[in-house]
Amino acid sequence: MEDDAPVIYGLEFQARALTAQTAETDAIRFVVGTQSLKFDNQIHIIDFDDENNMINKSVLLHDAGEIWHISGSPADKAVLTTCYSKTSESRVLTCAAVWRMPPEWESGSHESPDDSSNNPQTLELLCHLDNTTHGSVACVLWEPMGDGKRVISLAENHVLLWDLQESSTKATISSSATLEGKGQLKFTAGKWSPHHNSTQLATANDTAIRGWDLRSMSQIYCIESAHGQLVRDLDFNPNKQYYLASCGDDCKVKFWDVRHINEPVKCLEEHSHWVWSVRYNHSHDQLLLTGSSDSRVILSNMVSISSEPFGHLVDDDELSDNEESQQEDKGKEPLRDSIIATYEEHEDSVYAVEWSAADPWLFASLSYDGRLVINRVPRALKYRILL
Amino acid sequence: MSSATTPPDSDPTGRRQVHSMLKLYYGMNEEGKVESLDPCDINGPHFDPEVYLNKLRKECSLGELMDHESCTVKQIRSLDSDMQTLVYENYNKFISATDTIRKMKNDFKKMEDEMDCLSANMAAITEFSAHISGTLQDQHAQITKLSGVHTLLRKLQFLFELPARLNKCLELQAYAQAVSAHRRARCVLQQYSHMPSFRGIQDDCHVIMEQLAQQLRQKFRDGGSSAKDLSECVELLLQLDEPAEELCDKFLSHAQSRLEADLQGLEAELIDSLFIDRGCNEFVSNLCLVIASYQELFINHPQEGELASKKIPEMANGKLHVFVDTLAARYFSLVERRIQEEKGVGDNSLLVRALDRFHRRLQAISKLLPGSAVPSQGTEIVVRAARERIKQYLSALQTFYHDSLTDVRQALAAPRLSVGGASASGELLTSLSNFILNQLKSVLASVHLFTAKDITFSNKPYFKGEFCSQGVREGLVVSFIKFICQSSRQYCESAGDRGGSTPPALLLLLSRLCLDYETSTISYILTLTDEQFLVQHHTPVTPVTALCAEAREAAQKLLNHYVKVQGLIISQMLRKSVETRDWVNTIEPRNVRAVMKRVVEDTTSIDVQVGLLYEEGVRKAHSSDSSKRTFSVYSSSRQQIRYAPSYTPSAPMDTSLLSNIHKLFSERIDIFSPVEFNKVSVLTGIIKISLKTFLECVRLRTFGRYGLQQIQVDCHYLQMYLWRFVSDENLVHFLLDEIVGSAAHRCLDPSPMEQSVIEVICERG
Repeated sequence: MEDDAPVIYGLEFQARALTAQTAETDAIRFVVGTQSLKFDNQIHIIDFDDENNMINKSVLLHDAGEIWHISGSPADKAVLTTCYSKTSESRVLTCAAVWRMPPEWESGSHESPDDSSNNPQTLELLCHLDNTTHGSVACVLWEPMGDGKRVISLAENHVLLWDLQESSTKATISSSATLEGKGQLKFTAGKWSPHHNSTQLATANDTAIRGWDLRSMSQIYCIESAHGQLVRDLDFNPNKQYYLASCGDDCKVKFWDVRHINEPVKCLEEHSHWVWSVRYNHSHDQLLLTGSSDSRVILSNMVSISSEPFGHLVDDDELSDNEESQQEDKGKEPLRDSIIATYEEHEDSVYAVEWSAADPWLFASLSYDGRLVINRVPRALKYRILL
Repeated sequence: MSSATTPPDSDPTGRRQVHSMLKLYYGMNEEGKVESLDPCDINGPHFDPEVYLNKLRKECSLGELMDHESCTVKQIRSLDSDMQTLVYENYNKFISATDTIRKMKNDFKKMEDEMDCLSANMAAITEFSAHISGTLQDQHAQITKLSGVHTLLRKLQFLFELPARLNKCLELQAYAQAVSAHRRARCVLQQYSHMPSFRGIQDDCHVIMEQLAQQLRQKFRDGGSSAKDLSECVELLLQLDEPAEELCDKFLSHAQSRLEADLQGLEAELIDSLFIDRGCNEFVSNLCLVIASYQELFINHPQEGELASKKIPEMANGKLHVFVDTLAARYFSLVERRIQEEKGVGDNSLLVRALDRFHRRLQAISKLLPGSAVPSQGTEIVVRAARERIKQYLSALQTFYHDSLTDVRQALAAPRLSVGGASASGELLTSLSNFILNQLKSVLASVHLFTAKDITFSNKPYFKGEFCSQGVREGLVVSFIKFICQSSRQYCESAGDRGGSTPPALLLLLSRLCLDYETSTISYILTLTDEQFLVQHHTPVTPVTALCAEAREAAQKLLNHYVKVQGLIISQMLRKSVETRDWVNTIEPRNVRAVMKRVVEDTTSIDVQVGLLYEEGVRKAHSSDSSKRTFSVYSSSRQQIRYAPSYTPSAPMDTSLLSNIHKLFSERIDIFSPVEFNKVSVLTGIIKISLKTFLECVRLRTFGRYGLQQIQVDCHYLQMYLWRFVSDENLVHFLLDEIVGSAAHRCLDPSPMEQSVIEVICERG
């Protein structure tokens, strides 16, 4: 049962922003935004052909500036938001905008790659999430499983909830909250919880993780010193509503039960440098992906704190009487928390990892040097989880 | 002459026979003589006169013959006279013998007459005797009967007098006599109780004996009486058919009340230091006394008659065991409470001695009461106390360790103000490890008292085996070492997140301490323990290697943590310095930024700090002036690759390709990786962490022209000073290269500063 080799795709530019196309459930598709100060930035739409193990890419121009964060609408696969930095009057400001991919991009993907790179199409701007009064935007979050009408942007120390109207061409702030405190507070990351009817948000600033209630726009919990150093990323367990994973500059990945915030439920310390990104698998929440500036991507199996702590119940009838049954028994021992694999295909810091929205066994990771690697969960493990 | 010679020849055979008979008679034994066969020997038996004469006639002259003849005649004459004499003598003897025989014949005659007279007399005597005995027969039978009546009467008199006697005895308190008297009469009375008079007596006796028993019981109950009295009492009561069981109970309850008084006295003095003394002297000895007298009374006392059949010893023994067990249990609970009071770890000898005395006293009970569980329970208490003691010592050691760490912490904090302070950490380490070792040794010495030869319980199997191996070695020494390792690890974990609460110097010190433990101290301590306690490992014990591994792990963890904490401090400085500056609108660099100087200063001081405790370590060889040379190489190569004429649309591909190729050939750098136990490795770790942070921060910023130039200056400055600390200077080059490269990438207007200018600025700064 040899696993397929990872598929590597090289971008010409440095890149930090990666997202799976959330609304797309058929094709395995990732969107990458580049970072270049001197050239026009691009958005690469990478289609992965699972059967042939091939990549098809299309490139869209993003001439507003270098992309720091990218995020796709959950409702309309053509709509996405980017956070990009804009330099004006020797001042760098990170702005956010909602874009629509031109309708032809999909046909463009059938052209030869040379053509598409030579003659790229441009994204269509739907609207700006105007942040001139609030400062640089760290990230934009779509309402999970929503209708693509609501986004949150985290700008400096503000949480802004936007309503997108008139086919996303107009954005208005429906409510906002501001984090007050000593010093210059700045959000570094955030995640919109898919639970509780999408009324909760978790944000990270410095070493603290905060939970917000979006109805009242007030803080509901705060994990002070969640990490020894800066918290870089968060993710909600898609199946367990109070569980949250976080990662940060202390090289650790921590799992929290937000009802008991004094102690993390679990703590992983496998990376040898800052962990920049942490992602739960959308379907099997024991699978956890982390990317770090030690250039590694680690896939862990956190069975004990997943929604399936004991694996699937094995039907006794299924155990046949033949001699293989013992082997099967062994194979079906409950899995332990463990690292499944460490992926070392990257040679620079990995800033983003993402599961595919379409195939739960597939994920992509992006390193600063523009290398995108698509990997699969090892088959052995896949079958163990499934069977 | 011929006639003279003829007689001997006349009848040779007849004469010869007579001759030999005579010879036999006179005892002459001619056997030995050599009988000459010479017929010429005149004295020989084979003498032949013819031959002899012929021979003489032939040989001798006439003169000689004449002489010979005269000689022979002379000899014959003398012989004849001799013969005559002999005949006369014999004749006389025969005559006297005949006279004697005649006389004897007369005497016998007389004797026969006397014998006849005697036999006649004897017959007369026999006749008389028979006559007398016949007459005395009747009187003898009467006398026998009379004497029988006499004894019966005496018995009856005794019986009739019995009540009075008993009463008198009762008055005189001569209970023993009373009881023995009654006992004698009892059977008879019982037998003839159908007769009214005897019955009366019996009833009287009963009443009196009842009274007596009452008195005895009273006396028994009073308890004031001496042990001897008491035993007498019990004996009498037993003889009076008093139920033994009840007596046992009474006796025991009586003893119990006294012993409980002792126990209460003890309980009142629970805090007293002489508790055990008192316990032993009063309670245990009293208990022994009770047991002894009880056994004397009920168990060892030879039972006779029907008493023996009642199996009193068994019953009494059972009761005694229960009694002793309950009392001992109470006593033990008191002792245990008392021992638990003994919290102070100061002087163990006192406790050991007390326990010893306690144990010794209980041995007395075991001698008295072989089957009892009390001594073994007592031993158990001692064992528990010993275990408890070990626990206390362990916690005392732990407290001591914490205290000394606090001292060290203060010592580390205080002299930090003065210049010479840094050098103290080496001394602190030695003093700390000496302190701990001494403390451990003194604790071992204290614990060793438990196994001293003169302590009775030291030869119990527990103290020989388990106490040494499980208790002292595992429970105390190994636990303590584990505790050190564990508490050290805790320093990494609890304080780990913020890194603030534990001073890094302490981490370093502890790491060295653990390493020292790994290399020598652990095996030393364990060998010492094994030697002192002659540990025989019946049960598996923690091997030295496992402990060493643990210590090493702790040391590694501490050192890693130290690197992490120190790296973090420097990283934090660098991060703040990069994040807070507006790199787009910065002015042209004139100086190295202060933060870089600070970084170098801190690194230097860390270098000093680590150098005091850890060896230098190996670094890759480098040329004497490596800083400048390599820097220029890296600088120029970077310029060629990253900037110079490459800003054409096709350039970015090349850049990333080249940098990727570059990375392909350089080793992957693990930033927070375990370090080795030497200075260079530690410093390399710290610098790696700091520079990687610098790199990541730079990548998050956008730079203006002067921003880039400032980074160039800063990196050059770091390059100048940091290479000397690390094991592989290429590592510093590579990371700094990456920083400048990334800054150039993130630069809006990348026009690098002249290398010479950079050098001037750095040297000036």
